[in-house]
Amino acid sequence: MARNWEEFFVEKILLIAAVSSVVIILAIIGFVVGQGYTALGTIGIINFVFGLIWNPDYGLYGIFPLIIGTLSVVAVSLLFAVPLSILGAMFLAEVAPRTMRRILRPTIQTLAGVPSVIYGFFGLIVLVPFMRTHFGGSGFSILTASLILTVMVLPTILSISEDALRSIPVEYKEASLGLGATHWQTIKNVIFPAAIPGVITGVILGMGRAIGETMAVLMVAGNVPLIPTSILSPVRTLTANIALEMGEATGLHYNALFATGIVLLVIIVILLLIVNWVNYRQRVTIGGGYL
Amino acid sequence: MNRIIPPKHANSIMNVIFWGVGILAIAILVLVIGYLLYVGLPQVNLTFLFTDPIDNGAAGGIWPSIVSTFYITIVALVVAAPLGVLAAVYLAEYSGENTFVKTIRFATETLASVPSIVFGLFGLAFFVVYLQMGFCILAGGLTLALMAIPTILRTSEVAIETVPQSYKEGSMALGSSKWQTVIRVVIPAAIGGITTGIILGMARAVEETAAILYTVGATTTVPVSLFDGGDPLPLHLYTLATEGISLPNAYGTAAVLVILILVITFSTNYLVERYTKKMMGR
Amino acid sequence: MENIMQVKDLKTYFDDTNVLKDVNIDIPKNEVTSIIGPSGTGKSVFLRTLNRMNDVISTFRKEGTILLDGEDIYDPKIDAVDIRKRVGMVFQKPNPFPKSIFENVAYGMRVHGVYKKAQLQEVVERSLKGAALWDEVKDNLDKSAMSLSGGQQQRLCIARTIAVEPEVILMDEPCSALDPISTTKIEDLIHNLKNKYTIVIVTHNMQQATRVSKYTAFFLNGTIVEKGLTDKIFIEPEDKRTEDYITGRFG
Ligand SMILES: Nc1ncnc2c1ncn2[C@@H]1O[C@H](COP(=O)(O)OP(=O)(O)OP(=O)(O)O)[C@@H](O)[C@H]1O
Ligand SMILES: [Mg+2]
Repeated sequence: MARNWEEFFVEKILLIAAVSSVVIILAIIGFVVGQGYTALGTIGIINFVFGLIWNPDYGLYGIFPLIIGTLSVVAVSLLFAVPLSILGAMFLAEVAPRTMRRILRPTIQTLAGVPSVIYGFFGLIVLVPFMRTHFGGSGFSILTASLILTVMVLPTILSISEDALRSIPVEYKEASLGLGATHWQTIKNVIFPAAIPGVITGVILGMGRAIGETMAVLMVAGNVPLIPTSILSPVRTLTANIALEMGEATGLHYNALFATGIVLLVIIVILLLIVNWVNYRQRVTIGGGYL
Repeated sequence: MNRIIPPKHANSIMNVIFWGVGILAIAILVLVIGYLLYVGLPQVNLTFLFTDPIDNGAAGGIWPSIVSTFYITIVALVVAAPLGVLAAVYLAEYSGENTFVKTIRFATETLASVPSIVFGLFGLAFFVVYLQMGFCILAGGLTLALMAIPTILRTSEVAIETVPQSYKEGSMALGSSKWQTVIRVVIPAAIGGITTGIILGMARAVEETAAILYTVGATTTVPVSLFDGGDPLPLHLYTLATEGISLPNAYGTAAVLVILILVITFSTNYLVERYTKKMMGR
Repeated sequence: MENIMQVKDLKTYFDDTNVLKDVNIDIPKNEVTSIIGPSGTGKSVFLRTLNRMNDVISTFRKEGTILLDGEDIYDPKIDAVDIRKRVGMVFQKPNPFPKSIFENVAYGMRVHGVYKKAQLQEVVERSLKGAALWDEVKDNLDKSAMSLSGGQQQRLCIARTIAVEPEVILMDEPCSALDPISTTKIEDLIHNLKNKYTIVIVTHNMQQATRVSKYTAFFLNGTIVEKGLTDKIFIEPEDKRTEDYITGRFG
């Protein structure tokens, strides 16, 4: 009898632990929405999301420039990161000899583990001055932030794509080679197309990581809350906006920053729904969480 | 491209490109890490590590930041490790595949993907303001714990799931209860993976900045109690770098942080390798 | 009788494990040669050595020579890709690509630089007819190859192979995953194919060997114990071990 009680208790305790994720995420949503929705009410959702000016001193809370800021930084970084990651994944999964894999895997893993503030710091002391001398302007720009972000999302996209490429049955590869296709033709025409759902998953998760990244972008993007006119314009992202202003914010300003958090949450949930819809289950690999 | 370039040339060209990309990745890592260590290590010495900063870090050392990082990481792990591991045991051993479990998984996925600054917002609204903890190590550590849970959970779950069914059956056949089997057989067999998960969670706590920006405060004295404010290494680096306080001290702090993370990464690698070797019976 | 392939003193290794120990055999042109022998004796490794498929495995190494039309296929100046064009392969498990039926057959031509729709269509039709599959699929060329039955998939793989017009077709237990009716169809197909192609087939089915092949080689532990006319081997084998194997006393 005693043993049954013990089993019963243990199971309930485990259950509580398991449910904690749900509780935490609901609490996060609850508190962020709770603090943010008054601002949405006061400002109006349309004015908030599509407002062109963010200037809390004048009571103007339009985050459209910040949305554009986030989108432009994310888009440019993906433009670099997606091809690089896919090529890197093909290299690791198909082409690289054993020794190269032994070096490259830990390299990618370490790149994933470098703290964002370190990337930001490196960007600040090396890349920003470099961009300033070679491209003019202040050096703080979409391009600078994108280059840093490229390095940060590359491991995510690369490792998920590599897993996807590896999971393609070797029979396809042999069939293609057996017909006299070159290795590259085989990768391009057979292995890669079959791995596309996995690659898409990797790209979306990389995109989520880029959208959510705060410190590195904060330190090199310039943080000007205006719609950028070129790739060398400074921009402010949604995440940077929160990080920059939370310190002094009170009242409506404080709530408006939480409302910015709501927008971020919505974007992330949409991305995750897409991932689940693509339905490629990627179990976590050594190196961190999902995004 | 195959219409213009003969297949074999395309193959050779792609080989060159592949190698280029691989070497580029290595070069980037070497450049970032190498540069920061090159400029940072000369700043690091015992005085730098073990003395208090002077004038918010314009001079002096980083001892309070080291202590803060240590404290905040411990707080995060004390909360996140048991929750993450127990939840993993539940998901891997006690539950089937139903809507309830799917909900838990989706919640975990979402948690893993929430931007860190949003965790920061939550920490501020909930721990600092609502629970009236104020800006302190505890509030920061708890915020980090929430971030570390999904990492620990998923890694442990995979480790537990890969324990061969025959081990469990062997134990059950001897009359052990499910929980006894879990404690005596499953967890010991999966301990390598679970430890890896905890170390990865720790890495997340050590490196995180945005989530603690508005939860730990930025006191530059050595924290004593959990309710004291703190200034963990990444936050200290951020302040030094962006407020132009002291570049040499920023270099030194960066180098310390880089080394810390490298040590964590390599110890995980080592563990994983040893663990897989053991599992394969070598 | 002309030999299209000649294998001399072939030894193969994976790292340090020696699989094929000393294989010598000539493959006659436009005939079917069966390879029989117990599991794990290196039949598949042998077959994959004939079209350099083992090159994909990094630990693979070989000694000895294999000539195709008198030319060493492992000559460093020769590209494995060209060899595989001339020596095609059909695998044990049907492995069509997850593409349409048409694309599966057209694949080989596309990678070899044929893009004209009309030409592709013509060859696809001819190859599917050659593989006795045309009538069953002609109205559904755009359907996924995965929707075909196992036997149809295997014939599709044969069609895919002959679309490239190889000189030799290697088949590694092509019927082992198929039902008897599909097996009969493939055996009939092999009969017709030998007018144009040289076929080397690995099989565990003794009757199949006698039905389809003129020559047979018996593999044991990485060497050929006996080889020659199929009729001879099955009716009066010279080696005691061959006799034991074909009468089912071991293996
Ligand atoms: N890639 C490889 N690496 C190492 N050893 C291998 C590899 N491929 C085959 N071998 C070894 O070579 C030996 C012969 O294998 P092979 O597949 O040729 O046997 P087989 O005669 O085709 O058997 P079966 O009738 O079961 O198909 C086996 O001992 C196998 O373990
Ligand atoms: Mg075989």
